[in-house]
Amino acid sequence: MSAMTRAPLYLAYVALACTLLSGAVSVLAVRRHPDFLHFGSFFFLFLSGAASIGAGVWALLAGLTVSDRFELGLPWLDWHLRIDPLSGFFLLLLGTLALAISLYGPSYTRQFARGPAAQPLPPLGIFTALFVLGMQMLLLANDALVFMIFWEMMSLAGYFLVVYQHQHTANRQAAFLYLLLAHVGALVILLAFGVLAAFGGGLTFDQMRVAHLSPLWATLAFAFAFIGFGTKAGMVPLHVWLPEAHPVAPSHISALMSGAMIKMGIYGIVRLSYDLIGNVRWEWGMAVLIIGTASSVLGVLYALMQHDMKRLLAYHSIENIGIILMGLGLSMIFLGNGHIMLGTLGLVAALYHTLNHALFKGLLFLGAGAVDYRTHAHDLDQMGGLIHRMPITALFFLVGCVAISALPPFNGFVSEWLTFQTALQAPALHDGVLRTIIPIAAALLALTGALAAACFVKAFGIAFLGKPRSRSVGRAREVPAGMLAGMGLLGTLCLLLGVFPTTMIKLMAPITQLLVRDELPSAAAQGWLWLTPISSDVASYSAPCVLIAIVVVFALGYFFLKRGTAAPRRAYAWDCGFGHLTQRMQYTSTAFSQPIRRVFAGIWKVDEHIETLASKGTIPHVTSLHYSLYTQDWSWLKCYLPIGRLVLAAANRIGFIQTGNIHTYLKFSFVTLIVFLWIVS
Amino acid sequence: MDRQLTAWALAAAQALLFIAAAPLLAGWLQRVKCHMQNRAAPAVWQPYRDLLKLTRKKLLLADNASWLFRAVPYVVFGATLLAAAVVPLIAVRLPTAAIADVIVLVGFFALARFFTALAGLDIGTAFGGMGASREMMVAALAEPAMLMAVFTLSMTAHTTNLSVATEYILNAGLVLRPSFLFALLALAMVAVAESSRVPVDNPATHLELTMLHEAMILEYGGRHLALIEWATQIKLMIYSVLIVDFFFPWGIATEFTAMALAGGIVAVAAKLMGLAVLLVVWETVMAKMRLFRVPQFLGFALMLGLLAMLTHVVLET
Repeated sequence: MSAMTRAPLYLAYVALACTLLSGAVSVLAVRRHPDFLHFGSFFFLFLSGAASIGAGVWALLAGLTVSDRFELGLPWLDWHLRIDPLSGFFLLLLGTLALAISLYGPSYTRQFARGPAAQPLPPLGIFTALFVLGMQMLLLANDALVFMIFWEMMSLAGYFLVVYQHQHTANRQAAFLYLLLAHVGALVILLAFGVLAAFGGGLTFDQMRVAHLSPLWATLAFAFAFIGFGTKAGMVPLHVWLPEAHPVAPSHISALMSGAMIKMGIYGIVRLSYDLIGNVRWEWGMAVLIIGTASSVLGVLYALMQHDMKRLLAYHSIENIGIILMGLGLSMIFLGNGHIMLGTLGLVAALYHTLNHALFKGLLFLGAGAVDYRTHAHDLDQMGGLIHRMPITALFFLVGCVAISALPPFNGFVSEWLTFQTALQAPALHDGVLRTIIPIAAALLALTGALAAACFVKAFGIAFLGKPRSRSVGRAREVPAGMLAGMGLLGTLCLLLGVFPTTMIKLMAPITQLLVRDELPSAAAQGWLWLTPISSDVASYSAPCVLIAIVVVFALGYFFLKRGTAAPRRAYAWDCGFGHLTQRMQYTSTAFSQPIRRVFAGIWKVDEHIETLASKGTIPHVTSLHYSLYTQDWSWLKCYLPIGRLVLAAANRIGFIQTGNIHTYLKFSFVTLIVFLWIVS
Repeated sequence: MDRQLTAWALAAAQALLFIAAAPLLAGWLQRVKCHMQNRAAPAVWQPYRDLLKLTRKKLLLADNASWLFRAVPYVVFGATLLAAAVVPLIAVRLPTAAIADVIVLVGFFALARFFTALAGLDIGTAFGGMGASREMMVAALAEPAMLMAVFTLSMTAHTTNLSVATEYILNAGLVLRPSFLFALLALAMVAVAESSRVPVDNPATHLELTMLHEAMILEYGGRHLALIEWATQIKLMIYSVLIVDFFFPWGIATEFTAMALAGGIVAVAAKLMGLAVLLVVWETVMAKMRLFRVPQFLGFALMLGLLAMLTHVVLET
């Protein structure tokens, strides 16, 4: 094979080398050279991100599949690597985020080196590099061994990043929960690979691809893969670790986790079910669709109740994973019923949303980090009025909010629109139950979208608009240029992917060619201006026209209404004639979501307490009033806590064998050995 | 090429006619309502006079207003204008319908609402927050109901393109479909809620604790208020035209001849006037609901939308 065709893989190797260098620089840099660390570590991460993007785009544009083999590790277990359009797409996603955080990181991480709670920076750099390396390698893996090694590396490095600010108890608890569920998930993934390896006769993906599985075994392998990768992706009800772990990590790591790490779960599901197991069945699609719908609706409803900015964003990751799974589920249902073109459409919608979510969620986490950097506020109810103090951050955060709320002409809308279009093709199916369930799922997707918009009106409105609710927020100023550049990169991409969807869908054609041997020829049949996924008579959307129309309205408004008028006069807001308005009279985030809390009561366990203290006297009046509100996740209370109690009880029961006597332990070992020998012989 | 140019010119003319006629519909509505309630009625031109008056006023801004507050009226108007451009008013087969289908149309309304709610929060008064919070709650319930109703129609017509769907219903002739009946009811209920009419909201009040839409835009004045008011009038007209297009499209022009287009204008004007009278009767006999009754009202609309969908799946395919 010529060097040109192998170029994507070589570029990927460059990316891996740069990631390693980024980690190595962090090791070498001692406390005396913090600047060396800031710039060296993030510089190599920047190069690594750029090389990842290059490798990914090259693999996508050329539609190449290149594999390679290294004789590493055990003598009979070579390492197999491969880059194909699917892994290229995820490398592109990962690279873009790495690029953004390498711009953002140098300024952002400075705060950890100063102040009373100063942290050593080298671990942050090392584990960030290992985290990225794990993701890059698992995308390139072409056998189960390499995949699992680097899957674990990603999970473990993630643990150290979550626990980076370990002086807080909450962080340590969150990190432990993360580690626990990451390993439960990894075990289940191992089972899925076990089934595939048994039928394929080896650990390489090439052997698994050609294996013939009976429908029952294939379904079993799929179920293991779905549960295992779904744990990492954060689908309901395996999501509990996500809203704990993502908020406590440093913000650029949260962006990487929510943007890229949970997408590795999606990658795993797509890789195993479409590529390795193959012959997708519609029953799997049903399971994925139902879990996806539940995740999206519950994710957004839980998000609405949060008042910690990063926790709110973390719950929205669950929602968006749900939307991605809905697209995948629809795709599987259509493929299983023989509608290849519609299955392709669903797959494109899901992958498009995967990329979109990486971009806008990354942007939003970086924005939350910027607010935290200047104000040290996490609670929305402490913020307010930041649009005056941090106007550029506010603009970028607004872009992220509009994109995640699925509003035209930004990117979130395109992928949700494609999901809707897939769902609307339900009449093509023959099964009456499927034809009924799919539109109901679509209605729930609409509910999710509307609730997400409500939630981001709250997040942006309470944090950035109005008047400051605390002094530190009132004194905030704009963040350094590097942080703005990181956010600006992602914000621009959100707009571009929203306005030029046809270009992106064309770029994604090799992925669907690889996985389902089909593409969407009609999507761009009417030119780049018109997105027509099925045909121009069925549905069309022209995002460039929308953007142009809004710009024209601004221009006309300027010329006909604004030009030549006097500068506006400023005055007090209407106070009902009662005197001065204070910032405490504004709606808080808790107040904002009160109507929704009342309408959907029962989704959460809500504990609401009002304590009033009345003064004694002839005319009693309330002297103090204390309001407290706790909302909790039912799945935690009804599912995880009972399991935890069960495990603890079981551990207590078998605790009697723990005598502390070495002779007893040796006896146990001896008996175990005998039993094993007996089994083997 | 020449034919395409004519089509685009006609489409632009239709969009302009749409936004120009919207205040007239509001004026007519107001006039009929006054007559119905035994009050002295203003002229039908009154909304135009009000808009003109507002644009001439000097702009007054609250001291805490940010750049977002000043940009919102243009975003809201732009989104509403786009929505008006894609709805067939007097003729089908116009090229602007391809810019956005019915899902994008719902997206435009969501975009306008998102920014209006943000503007409500920008000043930092309790009124704005109250309006924004309530409006988003109502929208969260109305949007799925609306989409269920239009999904029923688009599944019947095998398209989400408004022009193609209207033409399909036009060509199908007078067929009584049970699913359409449910969808019509659902869409009508959503239209009432979304265009801030009684019983969900009351457009006539300004200082009442029950208000939704008006609370968000309380701090607006001058040309900003004019744009927002105009956009509200256009939105009401869009919902009316949608109902007319989907359920009674007869009379709409299918070819671009002067006769057909004139017929289309007369037909749509007559239908809208009739629909406005129905709305007035509804608003006169109904009282404004308590806020937490609204979820029941919209839940009923959602159920009707679901029922429409199920009847379509079970009975009609």
